[in-house]
Amino acid sequence: MARYFWLIPLLPGASAFVLLLLGQKLSRRWVSWQACLSVFLSFALSVIGFVHLIRAGHGAGELAKTLLPWIASGSFSSAISFVFDELAAVMALVVTGVGLLIHVYSIGYMAADRNTSRYFAFLNLFTFFMLVLVLASDIVLMFVGWEGVGLCSYLLIGFWFERPAASKAGMKAFVVNRIGDAAFIIGVLFLLVTVGSSSFAAINAAPAAGLLRPGLVTLVAILLFVGATGKSAQIPLYVWLPDAMEGPTPVSALIHAATMVTAGVYMVCRLDGLFSASPAASSVVAWVGGLTAVFAATIALVQNDIKRILAYSTISQIGYMFLGCGVGAYAAGMFHLVTHAFFKSLLFLAAGSVIHALGGEQDMRRMGGLKKALPTTFPVFLVGALAIAGVPFLSGFFSKDAILTSAFAGGHYVLYALGLSGAVLTALYMFRLIYMTFYGQTRATHPAGTAPHVHESPPVMTVPLVVLAVFSALAGFAGLPVLLGEKANWIGGFLEAVLEPAAHHLALSTEVGLILAATAAALAGIAMAFVFYRKRPDLPERTARSFPGIYRLLVGKYYVDEAYDAVVVRPLVRGAETVYARFDLGVIDGALDGSAAAAASAGKGLNVLQSGLVRDYALAFLLGAILFLGVLLL
Amino acid sequence: MIPPAAFLLVAAVLFSLGVLAFFVKKDLLTQFMAVEVMLNAANLALLAMAKASGLAAGQVIVLFVITVAAAEAVIGLAIIVLIFRQRRTIRTDELKDLRG
Repeated sequence: MARYFWLIPLLPGASAFVLLLLGQKLSRRWVSWQACLSVFLSFALSVIGFVHLIRAGHGAGELAKTLLPWIASGSFSSAISFVFDELAAVMALVVTGVGLLIHVYSIGYMAADRNTSRYFAFLNLFTFFMLVLVLASDIVLMFVGWEGVGLCSYLLIGFWFERPAASKAGMKAFVVNRIGDAAFIIGVLFLLVTVGSSSFAAINAAPAAGLLRPGLVTLVAILLFVGATGKSAQIPLYVWLPDAMEGPTPVSALIHAATMVTAGVYMVCRLDGLFSASPAASSVVAWVGGLTAVFAATIALVQNDIKRILAYSTISQIGYMFLGCGVGAYAAGMFHLVTHAFFKSLLFLAAGSVIHALGGEQDMRRMGGLKKALPTTFPVFLVGALAIAGVPFLSGFFSKDAILTSAFAGGHYVLYALGLSGAVLTALYMFRLIYMTFYGQTRATHPAGTAPHVHESPPVMTVPLVVLAVFSALAGFAGLPVLLGEKANWIGGFLEAVLEPAAHHLALSTEVGLILAATAAALAGIAMAFVFYRKRPDLPERTARSFPGIYRLLVGKYYVDEAYDAVVVRPLVRGAETVYARFDLGVIDGALDGSAAAAASAGKGLNVLQSGLVRDYALAFLLGAILFLGVLLL
Repeated sequence: MIPPAAFLLVAAVLFSLGVLAFFVKKDLLTQFMAVEVMLNAANLALLAMAKASGLAAGQVIVLFVITVAAAEAVIGLAIIVLIFRQRRTIRTDELKDLRG
């Protein structure tokens, strides 16, 4: 069975094809079942492949399949071929597993929408492209998936395109990603020219084989990483992700939390040979990740829209993953990607359940006191929050600790401090969210002045929540700290069959100290949130009043959007307007109008000759004949 | 024997008369006859040259011209009749709808 792994992307692709062609004619029930079934089959195949890899042992079970020859040009050739190794298996399991739960949840969440078939068609299409990206054996095919998920992201952010904000957010996501992708393409072209092959194996081996000069390695790696900052929403190209929350909440969970936005991390891990060959590029990755982790977390502290907090939290957590990859702990980065996929999609789906219960309300200032009303959503939300905050023995604790420990072990103490302060902030903003949403008095208002009818979501939505909560709680045990024994970090060992191993030698006491520090950071954040938002509700306002400058900076999200608007967008628009007025209207339209006017006036002038009188024509004929004869004779 | 130059002279006079008639006259039918005169002047010139050079090609062309002229006369006269039916006139000065 495992050799049919190449069907993993094709099944959702086929389903998307059918839904796009016939979706309008199929019943709502059929559409949802078909979409979920195709992803379920992909998930089952991924599990079979995963078991095959475990049975085969360390790096021995890699599966490869070439479907079609694709590009053959001179000495360069690229085929549509998939590869299923340890790294791809972990990512495929996340995409299909979390994807399946979100497909099921969507049945309930989108039950009231008219366009179910379009929604599921796009969701399936996204799953297809994401799996192409994951299973691609060369960087050109990966780029096809990379662009495909970007397209689906655009389509799904703007799913409710009647809302101007949604279609604008979709466009913003597309345009910002274009900037990153331009750098990515340039990086790929550099690789094709110098390495002469597009396969990951060849690219990873190229620096050691001397095919790439060290300077070029750094340049190419940074170009590819700029592409990753676009897709994975890192500084400086993160601005599209908060706006992307205009899409349906399950889309935010699947695309903008669990899978697509982590594609950049996956790409860096795929090209670990390239990135680890360049210490400069690696430290760029680590620093961008570390700074983003803290930067986005500070913005999340003061937001009031429940989904936007989660969006900034996603940006921050992906920063941790890049921090891990940048300090050489690729397996730790991937581990955090997996646990983050669980707890962040859980948080998004639970937030969706809250929004659903309140009839579309996203502002936390109009929530509160929902603990009793949402008996399933509240506990799973709490599990997700504890996991992301890094409370001991939940998944986020282990994965974040693995990254921070690697940073410390690599001697990157400043990055470690950044990560640790980010952890405090993470716990703080998550529990601010919990206290504002679920505790205290209800602040929900209804247009009529009465409290809205708050109701728990149907089982089709709560069951995926519970499953994700279980994984969020327990997934961490796949990667226990190394101090518990050589084999404790199972997922690390599994992934290091294909990834560069992390240099990791710390004294036992140091490791214990780091774990205690991480625990203290999480608890400190939670305690601060408790004091600020539960014990002394007047404190946040007073603090804001004592530091008005900082507060306004945070609420304004550091005015990055405004800065980009002033520095990039408006000059571009103004330049385009100038070009339009001068060149389009002046030169191009002028040339066209001029040639038309010339033809018209020439016609008017020659018009005189066409008198309609036979005699005039005959005279012209005669004079012509005489002229002709004269020329002949003379 | 009459020299060929005499034939050519007659042909030239005939042709000039045709041209003159075409420009002087203002009804379509007479102008049409003037064209026929010009054609026959050309025929005469061709035959004279054929006789002088001893080649048959000139006579062959004359036969073609006569055939074409016959066909042209039929179509031309038919057109003139139709124009007259439509407009009740064949004065060329009045038939100038096709001016620019």
